[in-house]
Amino acid sequence: MTEPVAMQTDSNAISSWRAFIGTFKRDLLLVFRRRSDIVNPLLFFTIAVTLFPLGISPDAVFLAQIAAGVLWVAALLATLLSLDSLFQQDMADGSLEQLVISPHPLAVLVLSKVLVHWLVTGLPLTLLAPLLAVMMFLPDAGFGTLFISLLLGTPTLSLIGAIGAALTVGLRRTGVLMTLLILPLYIPVLIFGTGAVISASQGMAVTGHLAILGALFLVALVSAPLAAGAALKISLNG
Amino acid sequence: MQELLSGQGLACERDDRLLFSHLHFSLNCGDVLQIAGPNGTGKTSLLRMLAGLLPDYEGEIRFQGELVNDNADHFRENLLFIGHHPGIKLNLTPEENLRWYQSLYRPASDEQIRQALAKVKLTGFEDVPCYTLSAGQHRRVALARLFLQAAPLWILDEPFTAIDQGGVKEIEQLIADHATQGGAVILTTHHNLSLPVELKVIDLGQTVQLKIEGDDD
Amino acid sequence: MAFDKFWAWFHRMGSPKWFYEISGRWIPWFATATIVLLTVGAVWSLAFAPQDYQQGNSFRIIYIHVPAAILAQSIFFSMALCGAIGLIWKMKVADMVAKSCAPIGASMTFIALFTGAVWGKPTWGAWWVWDARLTSMLILLFLYFGVIALQSAFDSKQSAARASAILSLVGVVNIPIIKYSVEWWNTLHQPATFKLTEKPAMPMEMWLPLLIMVIGFYCFFATVLMMRTRNEILEREKRTQWVQGLLSK
Repeated sequence: MTEPVAMQTDSNAISSWRAFIGTFKRDLLLVFRRRSDIVNPLLFFTIAVTLFPLGISPDAVFLAQIAAGVLWVAALLATLLSLDSLFQQDMADGSLEQLVISPHPLAVLVLSKVLVHWLVTGLPLTLLAPLLAVMMFLPDAGFGTLFISLLLGTPTLSLIGAIGAALTVGLRRTGVLMTLLILPLYIPVLIFGTGAVISASQGMAVTGHLAILGALFLVALVSAPLAAGAALKISLNG
Repeated sequence: MQELLSGQGLACERDDRLLFSHLHFSLNCGDVLQIAGPNGTGKTSLLRMLAGLLPDYEGEIRFQGELVNDNADHFRENLLFIGHHPGIKLNLTPEENLRWYQSLYRPASDEQIRQALAKVKLTGFEDVPCYTLSAGQHRRVALARLFLQAAPLWILDEPFTAIDQGGVKEIEQLIADHATQGGAVILTTHHNLSLPVELKVIDLGQTVQLKIEGDDD
Repeated sequence: MAFDKFWAWFHRMGSPKWFYEISGRWIPWFATATIVLLTVGAVWSLAFAPQDYQQGNSFRIIYIHVPAAILAQSIFFSMALCGAIGLIWKMKVADMVAKSCAPIGASMTFIALFTGAVWGKPTWGAWWVWDARLTSMLILLFLYFGVIALQSAFDSKQSAARASAILSLVGVVNIPIIKYSVEWWNTLHQPATFKLTEKPAMPMEMWLPLLIMVIGFYCFFATVLMMRTRNEILEREKRTQWVQGLLSK
């Protein structure tokens, strides 16, 4: 017989960094082909915030008190609802199994997908929040902190949410279940996010809160992709 | 003859049902192995097990004599698996789809990607979104990876699904060429293969029966 | 040497049959201990322990609340630990124990919440107050619900066990963070005059019955856990010869 095909032993050409970038570009491209994925969470965010003055009271003093909490809860729910589809398409068309058997740490590829998710939901939500804060009469002193706290907090929400998305992607009925799994885990981010904005509104120091939000982000950054990767492997076995 | 992949005492249980057990096989460079058997005998499960997608199995799978779990990355770099779903994004063009796959493995130039698409008869479709293509064309996009990835081991689950007769001939030829160049192919199909090289067959329908008759432990 | 012995024991533990037999022998002992400890503890704490000088007799509910709350948390940790063992060493028994933990833990959490509410009425004048400990318990209950819901959502028992193991591990990492953040949030929003647990140095005749109750609750947990796991083993191993043999007896 003939010589065997040259074995691919030099690992220079196969690089996880290139896989990260490749997956990042692919997912970003996919989102831009379906722009509603960017717009829908923003619309949800806006409508959800609007419900509070309508449902409780349009009184400026009262709204100023609850503004931080309302904005944070709405941003959190918008992130959560958009996470549902993080792995669903990949599961349905078979590219998820290709991710799993590719010669790269699955966590790296998961991180790449989460980064895209944050860029198209968390970041726009953060940019939109100050606008809605005006409608909610947030005290002027709170605006900067609202922005920074969301900037630090929303990536954590995307990362933690990816675990829930990965755990439920193989199941038939997912929506509510995923919410049930993930919402309790969001509570610390919510507490320190709103805490920071409230402190800032009252003219108090916020570096402590922001440091904790940063620490939560780092913990999530290191551990969530690993957990989500392990969960994806399980989900593929349904 | 160099052994590429081997399985020792493989058994698979899904949802409390034993699909197959005591399965042994050895795949050398230059071999084409067909997994045959009626529906529900575990053909796809076996392929997924060999590709590393099924963590729960009994027995040993060795790649070049080494347990696959001991050096998973080496095995994966040398494996090309095309599953039941072709793994094609409908909102991307064939070219974009392949570019993503090549980012996971070896870089390929746009020219190489175009050549691969030409070989699977998709010239002129490089730049159209895949949702405008037919199911057979989706499968062809996935099969274009066979020209790009240069992996010695191919595992193909029903590669002929939705492919027309002419296309089947070409893919058979491709498989035969890969084998004569020293690669190895494992595939499932309900199609009668006519290959110029020898075809090994594992019939899962039979191994299960044999097991029931001959198993006394 | 001792290490080898440990591993041998560890692998035997992994056999459902062995676990079934050994737990069958242990259950009567644990059940007896539960009854004795809980009876002694209950009588002592309800009838003989002194009254609290501020709260009078209503403080006695801590003899149920505190053990339930302690159990609620340590059951979550045991569940995650068993889940991790199941994930790493693919040990079926560990998966089954983890699965059996969840409903017991959820019940304990519920008892802690309920007794907290009952205690809150005379103390705070309301059935529910956003006390740090009660809020943490409530979130813990949500975490338990998540694990139970995930377990029942999978068709394959193996996938169900693994997925919920991952979720409970994620939960365990989060529990201290949640506790810390809730305590911080609580001090920010309402400095409660009474805390459910932070008692200033309890006298001996108060905490000794509490200790007995806690140990009694642990024995109760062990008994119920073994019983549930045995059921789970029979259910999952029903096609094996030894279970068939057991059933035909």
